[in-house]
Amino acid sequence: RTVEPLEYYRRFLKENCRPDGRELGEFRTTTVNIGKCSITTADGSALVKLGNTTVICGIKAELAAPAVDSANKGYIVPNVELPSLCAERFRSGPPGEEAQAASQFIADVIENSQMIVKEDLCIANGKLAWVLYCDIICLDYDGNLLDASVFALLAALKNVQLPLVTINEETGLSEVNLKQKNPLIIRKHPVATSFAIFDDTLLIVDPTAEEEDLATGTVTIVTDEEGRLCSVHKPGGSPLTGAKLQDCITRAITRHKEVKKLIDKVIKSITPK
Amino acid sequence: PGDTSVLAGLYGPAEAKISKELPDRAALEVLLRPKVGLPGVLERSREQLLRQTCEAVVLGVLHPRTAISLVLQVLSDAGSLLSCCLNAACMALLDAGLPLSTLFCGVTCALQPDGTILLDPTSRQEQEARAILTFAIASSERKVLMANTKGSCSVEEMQQCLAAAQRAATTIFQFYRDSVRRRYSK
Repeated sequence: RTVEPLEYYRRFLKENCRPDGRELGEFRTTTVNIGKCSITTADGSALVKLGNTTVICGIKAELAAPAVDSANKGYIVPNVELPSLCAERFRSGPPGEEAQAASQFIADVIENSQMIVKEDLCIANGKLAWVLYCDIICLDYDGNLLDASVFALLAALKNVQLPLVTINEETGLSEVNLKQKNPLIIRKHPVATSFAIFDDTLLIVDPTAEEEDLATGTVTIVTDEEGRLCSVHKPGGSPLTGAKLQDCITRAITRHKEVKKLIDKVIKSITPK
Repeated sequence: PGDTSVLAGLYGPAEAKISKELPDRAALEVLLRPKVGLPGVLERSREQLLRQTCEAVVLGVLHPRTAISLVLQVLSDAGSLLSCCLNAACMALLDAGLPLSTLFCGVTCALQPDGTILLDPTSRQEQEARAILTFAIASSERKVLMANTKGSCSVEEMQQCLAAAQRAATTIFQFYRDSVRRRYSK
């Protein structure tokens, strides 16, 4: 297995299954942990485990003045970190290319899916707006980082409670009312599904780190609940025909329904507080 | 296309640093420099897209333990930047004479709010569009090498854009042939 990993995998793929016993189209068990059980200092947090891949997302909300050209918009700043403890190939130091590309991807997904509309984050036009710093940290990298990150982000955002802020007219200062908290308005629920391409033909879903290394390409598709595509991310790799891409999209839509059910179940189990 | 211009410089196959060399294939590196400012996170993700697209076409196994560096400088940006970079990269690879398994070209489609598909949008059209899809189409069988979307669209719309992009790819490949012919015929 260590000497000829590709041959080892090919033998399994010929039988239409994978070394860890999964079917080609089967996902690893997903577990989600939302709320105070994850990070107590953050305004919203979630821990997602996709098999062995563990990603934790913490959201901090701060106040800032909005930009001059978009006075009624707040900010969302996603930041993906791949610390060296999660896999041996990541060194400590400035964020590597993979972390930066992942951060950009998450920012694009938020923007494309209109998950959080920036106007909702505004408190007073031109004076005060919320800034949401979303820190997504990978604790254990076993493939499929993008799916887990998007999932963690979504779960954490559902958990965020923003205190009510009013601006005192006379002093011009803001007053934060910590007692009254409102949840964030989340408009859409994007879910990412990743596939790995092998030898230009086979498509497998939810690749582990080993599979990703051996794959000749990857595709990530983000769908929202109406079946619309928020993002198709296919960074190079073997060419795919339109039909194969369509196949991926249909599978992504099915996956979306499963994930949505899971999130709803978990949220329901923590809200009666 | 239009007013967007990107300058591509390719160096390689050259001696690779020991930390970066791969034992069985060439190590590809892409650097994208914006017109103003330092390269940021957006450039990094674009570099990754370009790098993996190029890695898929360049026959790296013919040049193991070497490094191929591709430097792209944005001269002006008037829309469709990513596909311009893709086209510049492919032409640079062609010009350098590196062995490629297939040619590729970049096409950008913008989906306007009323549903019409616009190829090669300008910056203005990009801003007004509901969604922008960029595809890298391979010359063999018109398969999709790279796909990147900004904004949301339905599945049928994506398929329509893909079909339009594949048709446009034929025109671009013809342009490649003409330019190379011009360059080498004098």
